[in-house]
Amino acid sequence: MEKKTLFDKVWDAHVVKSVPDGPDVFFIDKHFIHEVTSPVAFLNLEKRGNKVLFPERTVATPDHNVPTIDQDKTIKDKLSRMQVEKLRENCKKYGIELHDLGTDHHGIVHVIGPELGITQPGMTIVCGDSHTSTHGAFGAIAFGIGTSEVEMVFASQCIMQSKPKRMRITVDGELHKGVTSKDIILYIISKISASGGTGYFIEYAGSAIQSLSMEARMTICNMSIEMGARGGLIAPDETTFNYLKGKEHAPKGEDWDKALAYWKTLKTDEGAEFDIEYAYDAADIEPMITYGTNPGMGIKIKDNIPTTEGMEGSNKKSYIKSLDYMGFAPGEPIKGKKIDYVFVGSCTNGRIEDIRAVAEFVKGKKKADNITAWIVPGSREVEKQAIAEGLVDVLEEAGFKLRQPGCSACLAMNDDKIPAGKYAVSTSNRNFEGRQGPGARTLLASPLTVAAVAITGEVTDPREV
Amino acid sequence: MAYDKFNILKSTVVPLPTENVDTDQIIPARFLKATEREGFGDNLFRDWRYDSEGNPKADFVLNDATYSGKVLVAGKNFGSGSSREHAAWAIYDYGFRCVVSSFFADIFKNNSLNIGILPVTVTPEFLDEIFAEVEKDPSTEVEVDISTQTITLLSTGRSESFDINSYKKENMKNGFDDIDYLLNIKEDIVAFEASK
Repeated sequence: MEKKTLFDKVWDAHVVKSVPDGPDVFFIDKHFIHEVTSPVAFLNLEKRGNKVLFPERTVATPDHNVPTIDQDKTIKDKLSRMQVEKLRENCKKYGIELHDLGTDHHGIVHVIGPELGITQPGMTIVCGDSHTSTHGAFGAIAFGIGTSEVEMVFASQCIMQSKPKRMRITVDGELHKGVTSKDIILYIISKISASGGTGYFIEYAGSAIQSLSMEARMTICNMSIEMGARGGLIAPDETTFNYLKGKEHAPKGEDWDKALAYWKTLKTDEGAEFDIEYAYDAADIEPMITYGTNPGMGIKIKDNIPTTEGMEGSNKKSYIKSLDYMGFAPGEPIKGKKIDYVFVGSCTNGRIEDIRAVAEFVKGKKKADNITAWIVPGSREVEKQAIAEGLVDVLEEAGFKLRQPGCSACLAMNDDKIPAGKYAVSTSNRNFEGRQGPGARTLLASPLTVAAVAITGEVTDPREV
Repeated sequence: MAYDKFNILKSTVVPLPTENVDTDQIIPARFLKATEREGFGDNLFRDWRYDSEGNPKADFVLNDATYSGKVLVAGKNFGSGSSREHAAWAIYDYGFRCVVSSFFADIFKNNSLNIGILPVTVTPEFLDEIFAEVEKDPSTEVEVDISTQTITLLSTGRSESFDINSYKKENMKNGFDDIDYLLNIKEDIVAFEASK
């Protein structure tokens, strides 16, 4: 029998047909939509006189551009309000399940999908958002698409996709204390670079990956796109099945048994081939932080910012441009840099486990005076749980400001912006110029590191607090 | 939606030698708020093009009258980051029909092809040659021919071929998009869904 990778198994099961010297017609099981990348798709659908072919396969929530305060009131920003209203209108018109602002399951689309058990092993999932790769943690093929493709999924439940190549990244061994899954993925991206995964779909494997919780696995798959990869996935196992069991949309009774039997087949066959493989030792990974303007520009907190040695031409120019933006010099230590803001949240690290980690770390401590600390739960469910577990009290005593769920300062579409020139250590996924507000300077790190920075007011290794 | 057919494009170029130009630079998130596809070209490269008061920054290439044309030539790993098709819309709406680089991010490349922008991948050496020639003489032209899949730097005569699958090539030449194709096989798709 042909030996297949997990990725091949899921991909091949969703090809309606292949166009000769062209893409595959690729069937989509679940389509998530939000208020920013869907309105033009709905508009064009209508212009062409088409309908949503399988509305029950689409789920909507407003997240990118919603305010994170006063969500029960009318949205002040006119365009944001229009986008959210359009989403409501379109969902109603086409019969699409909507988790609206203020309802029990509102939140960031990549947080609520798994929470509700909508995301399941073996599925194909797309959304007009590049961090759709998050859902790969369940052994699904999940990736971001553009608005034209959102329209395609509405009209036909398919997109035209050429099959990416296969990459496997294996991390074996035991992680040091204080090292989280965010550090693993920042470490991997620093090795492979912000473009090294382009053209590939990644499978993450190895004992260090298998030891992770579902939340931690989601953090890893979430940032696959930051290497340029379309997505990343992890073979489902007992951790996955236990997470899903009993979730609202998860199969029940006999359906569960049937699904489970299938899910257990979803792993890479022994001897199946990848186009490229990388292997890392978990023991080499330490708390990481980025110093530049793409997520590949990451180092261990104890290390110095790389010098320009060996760089030339446009490569060197781009590097210097990036450091100039950040206000850093080549060769200097990152540790001890003064910070102004910390942000805990986003589809990368806005889950309950992340909030627990921060709360546990700051318990009984106070944030530094120079720090403004924002914590934005990924969903209402996360918020509710954080309150129930007493985490919110702990965080507020430490000086953190809790806001309501949404994408918030991760991309700063709403008012949650870091001011120009200020430094933010953030649990989010991108440190691009202006990502967290025009002129804002972002350093990406784990929730633990962010908690440590909040306390000391400067870049700090969480193991040293 | 329908876009202009692409056959042969002969044009001067706008050089942007920066590497890793991400989608947040092409169009910052705060300009994604429209519910219709219009006006995105005005905010192309917004924060590199205008200061915080909205005044044009003289040192940015789009504000330099020396350079113009329908071809944007950019450093490697162009379009990394977000899946926002708004980035491709902004480039198209500004007036570019072709982007040349030595390396493109996947989603950006897909989005471009879906809306009628041709992404042309060239070797790093050829890219450097284009930058050098344009720096010497901003009236330097390139010719991009989709049928023969070649790009030629007219000042030196150097030419390279580029990849595009025949399905996308036909689409670009005829101004078709994927929806036309998908709707034609709707019955197959419905049958596929029923078998799941």
